[in-house]
Amino acid sequence: MKVASPEQIQHWMKQTRDWIGGIAAQNKFVGGNGLPFDEARVVKHNNVVTNGPFGEIKETIGGYIIVKAGSVDEAVEFAKGCPVLQGDGNSVEVRKIAKGDGVH
Amino acid sequence: MEQQELIPHLFRAEFRKIVAVLCKHLGIAHIQTAEDIASDTFMLAFETWSYRGIPENPVAWLYTVAKNKAKNYIARNALFAQKISMQIKLEALVADEPEIDLSDKNITDSQLQMLFAVCHPAISNEAQVGLALRILCGFGIDEIADAFLTNKETINKRLFRAKEKLRTEQVQVAFPSGQEITQRLESVLTTLYLLFSEGYYSESRDTLLRNDCCLEAMRLTYLLIENETTNLPAVNALFALMCFHASRFEARKKDNGEIVLYHDQDETLWNRELINKGIYFLHQSSRGAGASKYHIEANIAYWHTIKEDTPEKWENILQLYNHLLQIEYSPIAALNRTYALAKANGNAQAIIEAEKLDLKNNHFYFTLLGELYRDIDQNKALLHFEHAYQLAKTSTDKQTIHKKILLLK
Repeated sequence: MKVASPEQIQHWMKQTRDWIGGIAAQNKFVGGNGLPFDEARVVKHNNVVTNGPFGEIKETIGGYIIVKAGSVDEAVEFAKGCPVLQGDGNSVEVRKIAKGDGVH
Repeated sequence: MEQQELIPHLFRAEFRKIVAVLCKHLGIAHIQTAEDIASDTFMLAFETWSYRGIPENPVAWLYTVAKNKAKNYIARNALFAQKISMQIKLEALVADEPEIDLSDKNITDSQLQMLFAVCHPAISNEAQVGLALRILCGFGIDEIADAFLTNKETINKRLFRAKEKLRTEQVQVAFPSGQEITQRLESVLTTLYLLFSEGYYSESRDTLLRNDCCLEAMRLTYLLIENETTNLPAVNALFALMCFHASRFEARKKDNGEIVLYHDQDETLWNRELINKGIYFLHQSSRGAGASKYHIEANIAYWHTIKEDTPEKWENILQLYNHLLQIEYSPIAALNRTYALAKANGNAQAIIEAEKLDLKNNHFYFTLLGELYRDIDQNKALLHFEHAYQLAKTSTDKQTIHKKILLLK
């Protein structure tokens, strides 16, 4: 993997902030976090601990955000704006939160 | 100072001090009594001074009269209580009563404690602002009615209900305890923020009154900064925000009350001293972890003190609004964010984002769309401005939009 330049990283950060800001401007943002790879560990069966999620699995999770969406389709529309989708092979998974109140 | 000026001046400065000290002394259930005693004191001053001239030390005169009136009230109450119970000795009660303390320190303490009492979450924000104006700022009922653009009767009712509520909730006139202070301070800051906004955005034609509202909000916020326990980052941030806004007092309104929009403001009328004060308190506010919404709003206001449009300015403002909206959504923040987005990323992107906002009843929303379309599609811009004109309620807003329409035609 090519190491991104600081300018590139800054550009990605701005795009992510603008994306989240756009959801928040619709009063649909609840919360979210980036999930950095630093200090990441994978714990497996029989207490096998490895460094980071890299290498062995095909997909890694870079972060999550929680939104208030009226429907799955609306959530999908939010997801379409996520800047990670500019990368070929990247994806955003849309899931409901199990709350039982039908809101999320 | 002439008597004609002296009494209103003393009233403004001293009424609130006497009321705060008496409220603390008598307890929150007696707000009305405290107000009555302070009012009677000024009435007596007016009557006496008209004939005998102004005493050498009018403030001391007022304090002595207020103290005596309060003592009489306490004695009368005690007598009444004694008649009912028949057990308690009047002398004992009166002797036990500590002296009413109108020293500078107790005045400040009382005002601060009353600020916490008045901003009690048990009463509505509107009532908190009204009570603060009356009790802590010494505004007359007619002035409060004017600031809220309503009548005296409504204000009287609102304040009466609020006082009743404070009495039944047995709210203490005291500093909240260490753990409670952060939580209670939050509602105090909300009230001060609203008090300032009431003055800043009021439609009232009385310029002096509007500015007074803002200055009083600043004075009360500064009381919190001067006190060690309440001198917290969010308080400094709120004060910085107020300084930045207040710096544009002169520039943002014409003599006839008409609003001058930011871009049309004469920069030389901005008050540099207040801007520098704002910068100082913004620095003070950054000592400590976490950013409150006041930090973010003060930062936005700081960027607006730089009139020149630079990519850096609008990128910063955009990111601050992105952050603010995540902490607390408001329609106005959403609209301002979209404007900043247009400035930072271009109108095309901002139009797409604007159309996602569900603010179709808001005239500012259509004003914004009009602005965004101005250079892209003049017909669309015109339609949006006309829609905004239909939705606008106040004559000031209609006037502002009308000008935009004329510029397009």
